[in-house]
Amino acid sequence: MNYSALKVFFQGLSGNKGWKPMWREPEPKEEYDILIVGGGGHGLSTAYYLAKEFQEKKIAVLEKGWIGSGNIGRNTTIIRSNYLLKGNQPFYELSMKLWENLEQDFNYNAMISQRGIMNLFHNDPQRDAYTRRGNSMMISGAGAVMLNEKEVRRVAPFLDFDNARFPIKGALCQTRGGTVRHDAVAWGYARGADRLGVDIIQNCPVLNILVENDKCIGVETAKGTIKAKKIAICVAGSSSQVMNMAGLKLPIESHVLQAFVTEGLKPVLPGVITFGAGHFYVSQSDKGGLVFGGDIDGYNSYAQRGNLPTVEDVCEGGMAIMPMIGRSKLLRMWGGIMDMSMDGSPFIDKTKIEGLFFNGGWCYGGFKATPASGFCFAHLLSKGEPHETALEFRLDRFQRGAVIDEKGQGAQPNLH
Amino acid sequence: MKKAKALNQTYIRQWNKKFMIINHPILGPRDANEFVYKGDAELLNRPHWTPNATKRATYAEQEEFHDYLYLRNNPAGEHKELWYHEQGDRSWLIITRDTLTHQISKVELVREFLKEKVT
Repeated sequence: MNYSALKVFFQGLSGNKGWKPMWREPEPKEEYDILIVGGGGHGLSTAYYLAKEFQEKKIAVLEKGWIGSGNIGRNTTIIRSNYLLKGNQPFYELSMKLWENLEQDFNYNAMISQRGIMNLFHNDPQRDAYTRRGNSMMISGAGAVMLNEKEVRRVAPFLDFDNARFPIKGALCQTRGGTVRHDAVAWGYARGADRLGVDIIQNCPVLNILVENDKCIGVETAKGTIKAKKIAICVAGSSSQVMNMAGLKLPIESHVLQAFVTEGLKPVLPGVITFGAGHFYVSQSDKGGLVFGGDIDGYNSYAQRGNLPTVEDVCEGGMAIMPMIGRSKLLRMWGGIMDMSMDGSPFIDKTKIEGLFFNGGWCYGGFKATPASGFCFAHLLSKGEPHETALEFRLDRFQRGAVIDEKGQGAQPNLH
Repeated sequence: MKKAKALNQTYIRQWNKKFMIINHPILGPRDANEFVYKGDAELLNRPHWTPNATKRATYAEQEEFHDYLYLRNNPAGEHKELWYHEQGDRSWLIITRDTLTHQISKVELVREFLKEKVT
């Protein structure tokens, strides 16, 4: 059933009784061509693009809980393509292009709202660094605008421009950046994939990965053994745990990142704003709550819950750039488990076990990458070679010295 | 009022048990905020790097160092890790902590640990 305004109108007349579930709840078959472990944003978009763009048949997605119960349901919903390095930027720009056409593509309202993103800067060297980044963005076709203080004042007069320590001198702005209704992305991809014949199997944790003679033959799950020619892992925070089942050790640490929402306010923020001197980013949801976040807590964690010092640190960042945030009440906060890689960049690659593919290490930037991650992973799974924008996301890049370290922090996952 | 205060105390105790306080072997219980996380305690077991200006590293040696520097066990459960008391006595600690609950079960000084290892 295609959704349209007309459908909504007629359903309204008949008491909205004609809506059907958006996806089936099938039992797993014995064998699939491609088995995707992890029914989050990346897993579902991989399944969707495999079926739609690469005409693969017999695909299943296995999910431990319910689909979209992981990081796609607990992020700060920001999309942007404002990276510097050539290993990253074309990939995120592909993602942005897919976002822009996503709702028409999968016929689902994901509330994509390109209100723009402003990265504030506070001094001259930072302006130079952002100019360089802006140039890199323009080379990739993403577009970038440098705003001076006056222009920032016009769109966001409430910021603390004359702060003694971090006066705001301007911003690097990507007008195509913005926010998306995050859950709708998972639901839209799930519905789209299901309509193309993908089996989405929920409440089905993978207990073991079956490997024979360095070849992956299937997985053991709570619903029995399922055979597959290719197995694709996209399980974010649980990457190390799942890959450990196949005896692989990853360059990844799992950390907890917290996010926050205030009570609903009238529209105050023009778009996404990030602090240049600390780590703080804020946007306003369509319901009116200010959605914001900052640094990860900084120690290994699988708890999906953080601690108070980080809450204080993030709120201090907020107070430093927009003191008015102190007048709103914090409604709720939550934590998600990030697969922090050693250089802050992701992996979309084959493993040394034949038929086992890995997509992970997204750190806390996985949401904006959802469409391109799925597209590039589907490309790799279907054609056996990486997509041209994901050539550098290799698992062996540390051995080759080809790290993609945007921040230049080295092998310190808690600093990325 | 008394009841509320008692309830508050229990809450703080539970909270502390979960994570916030690190029981330093010398200084006693300290706020975790004074410490800096420095990663998996496996990092103490650095492989020997024998190559020098005249002798190139073999493939196996490079591999070993890559694994040491970049690969992590990243367990969900008990984890031995390094913390540095930056805003205290600058000591390095090995803390055994559950990554699922944040509960700390053991705190030891790195220097004591290494002493045991050497002897």
